[in-house]
Order: sequence, then structure tokens, then C-alpha cells
Amino acid sequence: MTMPLNQTLLARASAKLGPQASMAIGLLVLAVLLAMPLLHLLPADNALHVSAYTLTLVGKILCYCIVALALDLAWGYAGLLSLGHGLFFALGGYAMGMYLMREAAGDGLPAFMSFLAWTELPWYWYGTDSFLWAMCLVVLAPGLLALVFGFFAFRSRIKGVYFSIMTQALTFAGMLLFFRNETGFGGNNGFTNFRTILGFDITAAHTRATLFFATVVLLVASLYLGWRLARSKFGRVLTALRDAENRLMFCGYDPRGYKLFIWVLSAVLCGLAGALYVPQVGIINPSEMSPTNSIEAAVWVALGGRGTLIGPLLGAGLVNGMKSWFTVAFPEYWLFALGFLFIVVTLFLPKGVIGLLRKKGEQ
Amino acid sequence: MRATPAPEIMLEPAYDPAGRGRDPIGTSTLAHKGLNVRHGTILTLEDINVSFDGFKALTNLTLYIGVGELRCIIGPNGAGKTTMMDVITGKTRPDNGVAYFGETLDLTKMSEVQIAQSGIGRKFQKPTVFEALSVFENLELAQKTNKSVWASLRAKLTGEQRDRIDEVLQTIKLDSSRSRPAGLLSHGQKQFLEIGMLLVQDPQLLLLDEPVAGMTDAETEFTAELFKSLARKHSLMVVEHDMGFVGSIADHVTVLHQGSVLAEGSLEQVQNDERVIEVYLGR
Repeated sequence: MTMPLNQTLLARASAKLGPQASMAIGLLVLAVLLAMPLLHLLPADNALHVSAYTLTLVGKILCYCIVALALDLAWGYAGLLSLGHGLFFALGGYAMGMYLMREAAGDGLPAFMSFLAWTELPWYWYGTDSFLWAMCLVVLAPGLLALVFGFFAFRSRIKGVYFSIMTQALTFAGMLLFFRNETGFGGNNGFTNFRTILGFDITAAHTRATLFFATVVLLVASLYLGWRLARSKFGRVLTALRDAENRLMFCGYDPRGYKLFIWVLSAVLCGLAGALYVPQVGIINPSEMSPTNSIEAAVWVALGGRGTLIGPLLGAGLVNGMKSWFTVAFPEYWLFALGFLFIVVTLFLPKGVIGLLRKKGEQ
Repeated sequence: MRATPAPEIMLEPAYDPAGRGRDPIGTSTLAHKGLNVRHGTILTLEDINVSFDGFKALTNLTLYIGVGELRCIIGPNGAGKTTMMDVITGKTRPDNGVAYFGETLDLTKMSEVQIAQSGIGRKFQKPTVFEALSVFENLELAQKTNKSVWASLRAKLTGEQRDRIDEVLQTIKLDSSRSRPAGLLSHGQKQFLEIGMLLVQDPQLLLLDEPVAGMTDAETEFTAELFKSLARKHSLMVVEHDMGFVGSIADHVTVLHQGSVLAEGSLEQVQNDERVIEVYLGR
């Protein structure tokens, strides 16, 4: 697990050595991440070869890191705790999956439709054989859903735990809908058996390396975007909104627009992460929308430290690193470990791991 | 040690023989642009009724505030002072009655944000500042400017705006803690920061709910000076229990009792009013 380890080092060092050193370590981590896909292209008997398993695992964790960052923008900065971000992630994934299924099926219908004896594509599948349109869907599906949901929720001034419960209900409803065969997304099996993406074999080393590279680029871009937002006046308005919404309204700001903007942005980032996740992992099914997934994402952010940009990445890396190890070593105890972790963080680490490291650095 | 203004200034009620405060001729020269105050009245409340589950918080409340006036509102607990401020700022909708800002803006039909943008600023009873942000950033957010999402995304402080914030920081004596998080300020400093936020917001009507609660005597005197310097250019409505403070600033006092106006006039007049004595002393 190079990833989480490096990131722990990053935060600890940044606390001790100040911004310059943390920048240097950040660049080092980035260099390692950029080198990984290249090392994967080496012949398998080379000592530096990175296996497909490792590359996929780290790629998957990087996608989760983007989700954690997106959730942190909404929760850590604007105070909107979403327990339904898995839905946006899955929608982006399904949009990508539709394209991959069409590629795999060629001129015919996707396999699961033939199995259901459907003779025609449902209307919402039209155009999905085009990569460009699929990419538009990756943005539009989670974005529009978040826009409509957010518009009504914020207009009705739904806040705090009520908002969280509604997002949780939303993702649960989404899961039930996608479980149905009639919905036209492969029912509980979802999409799998992908073959090619843009004509390239999806299991080929080059394709894997490119997808991994794209994930790193998206992560860095999201981080930059988050950094710019957090430093702008917009970011300060969000913080103000989180702490004293009434005061902000009497200052003449309309909170609805601010909430809606960050909420939709967060959902779109999740969708993009989902779209990169699916071709790397090779499967998407409705269990990605299960409420526990979304809660887990909140645990990543809380553990790493919300309201910081590096914290959620650290949290996602640590928890998923542990999960990979736990589910191999003691598969039946993972959920207990996760629950225990959440309790420990809530009780003893209100500012997450990053808060702990900063405190150590100051001492 | 804070600078303490000379006490003799403090004790003298502001008296304005020329009547400039009320702008009696109706030329509205004292008002800001964009607000119609033709008749010299910045705030009109007529026959306002508010009830919560049968409890009548305001009953036929009628109150006018003139342009540039500094009005103090006093009254026992539960008299409806805070509810009245809620009605003016759009937080509570009256069951019936008329509430106008200037001559044309119907407050009962505007949202809280619209009311704030049109020029009514409010200080809460409990000092409310953005605790995670620095003192400077608090003022930056409150400052009068375009407050839409897109404007905030691209906002950069101009030199002029920066100077204005610096000036206010000097005024409220928080210049030395400008980059401290507002959450670390003392209670009195938070009160001043919130007043500073109102100053940069530059509203035409300021509603101040117990602005000197928790302040030291020196701070209270300083606040009184500040408010007196604000009146004329702005209209102020101050809810306060501290009679010494009221006496030092107000030229006009309104006593609320059980949701309606009991007495109005100079502090001396209302203090000698039989009904007011009865309400306050319970005779």
C-alpha cells in the first residue's frame, strides 16, 4: 500500500516542516502515482513491475479519494452532510457503463437485454454508443439530479440531519429502482463483461495505464479546483453559511444559490470519479448505491479531517487500505472495525487524522 | 486602556433643534439613493398583529421611524421587541398590518435576503459572527457589494474596499486582532465586530438588539458615541434594557408593552408616564 503510507508521511511532515516541505512531499507522492502506470508497462518479470492488481486497487482508491474530496466540499465547507453521494458516483459509473456495454455488444443489444427478450433499446439508451454523449451523461445525470433535489431541498430550507436523511433515502430509492430489470440497467447484475473502450482492449496494460493516469489527473484537477474555491470569497461565504446561516442572510447573501452551486459541483465530481471507476474495476451494479457505501464515504471524510483538502484524501486512502487488508485477513470483522473507527474518530478526533497531525506538529 | 469620551457629552441627550433628523421638508436629502422617503419616514409599521399559537406577540403595533432618527425601544420582557425586529427583517410574517421601508418597499412581501439587500441591517441579541473566519474576513463578507454566487467566485477586494475595512477596524478597535479567528474574540469584541459588520454593510436602517449587553462601562460609552455619530446619516432602532445607555443616546424613546406601543416621547417624558411606571414597577 504505497498510497496511504505516503500520504500519512505527507501530512506528518507537513505539520513538522511547514508548507515548503509538504509541497515537496506532495510532489513526490504525485511522482510515484504518475510513475505507477509506466511501471505497469514494464515486462512482468522486471523487479519494478507494478501488477495489474495493485494498479487497479490504487486506481480504485484514487476514485474514492475524489469522492471524499467532493463530499468534503459539500460537508466540510458548506455543512451539507450528504449520506447519498454513492448515488451520484453510481450514476456516473452507469453512464460510462452504458457506453462500455454498447461497445461490447457491437451492433446488437447489450447482452442482458437480449436475455430479457427485448427487441429495442429503451429511449434513454439512444446515443450511448457515442463516447462523447456518454461523457455528457456522466456529467448530466448526477448534475441534473443534484440540481433538482438541491433546488427543492434548499428552497424548503431543509437542513442538518433532515437533509442527511433525505439524501440517504434518495440513494436507497435509486438502488431499489436500479435493482429492477424493467429499469433497463441490467437489474441486480448491473453491467459487466466490458471488452473495449474507444476500441482499445479494456484489460490491456496500456489501457489500464491510461485510465490510471486519467484518474490521477482528475484527482489533481479536483484538488486544484477545491483549493481555488476554498481560497476564494465563495469559499469564505460557504464557511460562513455553515456556521451562521441566519447572519449571512441578514448580510444580504442568498444561501440557496451558494448551496446549490457547491452541491451540484460535488455531485458532478462524484459522477466523474464513478465514470473512471467502472472501466478500471470492470463492474457496476446497484449495490454501489447502497446506503452503507455513502455512509462509508462520510467516514473517510470524518476520519481524515473535514474542512481540509488533504484530510479526506488521507481518510479515503487509510480506510480503503485497511479495508483491503482486513477483508483478506479477517473478512467477517471489517464492518465492526469500520464502526469502531467511526466511534473513535467522533469521540477523540473531532478534526480527524489531519487535526491530530497538526497538533503533534505544533507541540 | 480604551479611550474614554468625556462624560458630559455622554449625559446630554442628542437634541436637534433644526429638525434635520426628521427631514421635515421632505426633500429626502439625507436618505440614500434608490429609497423613496418622500415623507421623511424610513420605516412605517401600522396595525401589525402577530400571534404564535394563540399567543399574541404583537397587537395593533403602530410605529414610525424618521430618516436619520435614533430611536430606542424599551419594554419589559415579552413585550414583543424581538418579534417586531423579526417582522421588519422578514423572519416572521405578520398576520395582518402594514410594514413599509421607505414609501414603496412592502416588507411583508419581501424575503429576508431582499430586505437585507434593500438596506436594513440587523444585529442579533446574541452576538453572531462567523467564528471560523478571521475578523478581517468577517468584515469582507459583510461589506456592501454584489453578493451573487458568480460575483463571489471572482471577487477581489479593491483598494477602496480594503481601505474602508481598515477604517472600520480602527473604529471598532479591532485592528490588532484583524487576522484572529472571530471565534476567539471576547464577548464585547464580538459585539463590536458585529457592529463593524453593520458599518461596512452600510444599511440605511440599523436594527440593534441589545448592543451593549456584556460590555464594560468604557465600551458602553464608546458605543453610545459611535451610535450618535451614525445617526443623521443612518436611521437606528436600538432595543436596550440599560437605561443609562438609553438616556445617553436617544432623543426619542418608545415603550412597548404586551405587543403594542404604551408610550412615546423623550426619555424623561416616558419615565414620568403613569402607565410606564405601573408596567415597570408592577403597581
